[in-house]
This record gives sequence, C-alpha cells and structure tokens, in this order.
Amino acid sequence: MMRSLLFIPGNLPNMIQNAYLFDADAIIFDLEDAVLPSEKDNARNLIKEFLTKNASKSKVLNLVRVNEVGSDFFEDDLMMIVSDNIDAIVLPKAKVSSVHALEEALTVIEQTNNMEKTIKIIPIIEQAISMLQVDQIASLPRVIGLILGGEDLTKDLEVKRTSEAHELLYSRSRIIMACAAFQIISIDTPYTDVYDDAGFEKDTLNAVSLGMKAKCAIHPRHIEFINQSFSPSIEDIEHAYKVLEAKEKADSEGKGSFTVDGKMVDKPIVERAMKVIEKAKKFNLVKNDEE
Amino acid sequence: MMKGTAGSKESSDCIITVTKQDHQEILIDSVVGAFFHDQIKLLIENTLKELKAENVKVEVLDRGALDSTIKARLITAVERMNAL
Repeated sequence: MMRSLLFIPGNLPNMIQNAYLFDADAIIFDLEDAVLPSEKDNARNLIKEFLTKNASKSKVLNLVRVNEVGSDFFEDDLMMIVSDNIDAIVLPKAKVSSVHALEEALTVIEQTNNMEKTIKIIPIIEQAISMLQVDQIASLPRVIGLILGGEDLTKDLEVKRTSEAHELLYSRSRIIMACAAFQIISIDTPYTDVYDDAGFEKDTLNAVSLGMKAKCAIHPRHIEFINQSFSPSIEDIEHAYKVLEAKEKADSEGKGSFTVDGKMVDKPIVERAMKVIEKAKKFNLVKNDEE
Repeated sequence: MMKGTAGSKESSDCIITVTKQDHQEILIDSVVGAFFHDQIKLLIENTLKELKAENVKVEVLDRGALDSTIKARLITAVERMNAL
C-alpha cells in the first residue's frame, strides 16, 4: 500500500542520502532518465552501496527504475541492483514482452544469489502500445502496480500536457480500471511543473477523484499534499467505524440489513469501510489494534 | 597509464582518481579531514582489499561524502581504471 513515490536521481549523493527524510511511502532510485549514459556505472554503485548500508533500517519501499529492456544498460542495471535490499523494479516503456523479459531475468538472479525476496515489478505505462496491453500487463504475477507515464505518453500521442489534463483522462481511467480489476495499485504520473502549486494540487485531486491510489513526485515538496490527498479523511474514517459498528450490532441481532445515518448499508459499503480502516491503520492515521 | 576517475565536486560527493602503480598510496583532501581523515583512509584500504586492487595511488577530493558514497566512487574509479 502506497500513496507517494518519490523519484531520486541515481547519481546525486546529496539527494540519495536524504531520500528517507521526505515521508514518501516509496523511493524510486532512478537509473534511467536522471542519469547520463556515461554515469550509469557511477549511479549503480552509488545506489547499491547506499541501499546495502541503509535499506534494512528504512521503513519505506525501496524501488529502482532501471533502463528499458533492450537498452545497453538494462542487464548491467539488474546484475548490480537486484538484491534483498530492494522491493521492486520500476520498468520504463513497459510492454507485455518486456515485463516477461524482466520476470525471467529476476528469476535467474534470485535463484543464482539465493535471495529471500521475490522482487516485484511496477511497469510504467508510457507508450500507446503499452496502453493497449494494459490489462495483460496488470495481470502478470509479479506486477504490484502500474505507473502512468504522462510525459512520454503525451509525446507519443502528439498532444501537450495541460493543467486540465483532459489529454490524460482516458489513460488514467484505463489504468485505474485495469489495476482495480487485478487488485494492484494505480499510480499517477508526477506533476512536472514543480513550483506551480495550484496546478499540482488540482492535478492531484483530479487523480484522486478518478480513482488513482497513489502518485509519483519528482520533488519532495509534493509529498505532503500527495500523502494527505490519498489518505482517507477524518470524516471517511469516522463513517467507516460507524458502518463497522453497525454491522457488528446487526450481526449480533441476526439482522441481514441495517442503516447508518438513514442510508441502507450493503456488502460493498461494508467492504469499502474495511478498506478505509485498513488504509488508515497502515498510514498511522488511527491507533493500530496490534500496537 | 591506467587511471580511473569517478564522482563530482558537488556537496556530499567526492572525486576519486585511481592510478595503477607498484605500491599503495592514499592522498586525502577532505573538508572534514580534521575529524574523519583516518576513517576515510581505513574505508579506502578495506575497499581496495575487497576489490583486490591494492597497488594503486588513490587521490580523494572529498566534499563531505558519506562512507557509502566514498566506497561507491572508489569502486567505480577502480572499475573504470581496469576497463582501460
């Protein structure tokens, strides 16, 4: 479960060493666009050594965006980076074939290195062809979420990104539907105009209203609003508790149906309430029963 | 001459240059050298042992890099030297 995923350039020590301070739920150490071709080796070693020293103490998910399958860097990225210190590989320009290729490579590395973890995959859907394959990609076994790559996708579609984001409506909805169907996390594209706060907030709330479950950020200043926006509100949590208490009472009285605040409650509403409480506990918004 | 360099002069980073020679020599110029010179030297000696690259000259220009950064830059510099 994640709300915020923060991209950190893979070759900048001053950013990497502060990565865990920004309250993001996941860090994406980037070996792709943020690193010059001549510096890929430097970045791999930097991320590897940082994670070797710090990953086991961290409370966030450690993800690495590798270079695309078929590039000159993909195999070396995996050989250097895949270990029990990471949770998932973020795969750019994902297609069904490239996710399969990554799965196979991960299986070999995990077996060869006797790893404890099964490394998960988060494909980035950033090409029109990927969008057409999104249901298949979402159904693959290691895949735990899909990221919408808005910049590359709009380039592929030959449209400009706008603050209204009409150009991303279909893509967002398509990804949300696929993720919901296969019970994985839909992750929204980052807002790249870092200092346009009003645009960023509008874009984030738009993603929430459509059904995205998390959002990427390329700057730490976006994390707080993302976390807040993708968390259940106090009203949501209070209502969820009310529903669950009413359900317990109805069960004890042998009643099949019941109302909360004058509205009929059925199974989907109970399930939604349970999800809200699960999320609230995960993100420390309420006291966890197990604590 | 077999030589490899890695890193940058940015804050929290370091530039490490490694040159192949017949004995080990470590030169450290660090903004935190007064406090951490010996710790940085030990880290470099141990990393060179791990890499089996002990007969080299290592020049470090440190801008306050953490251990993991110094180690990473040294590894890359040695790999680049060996790739020549």
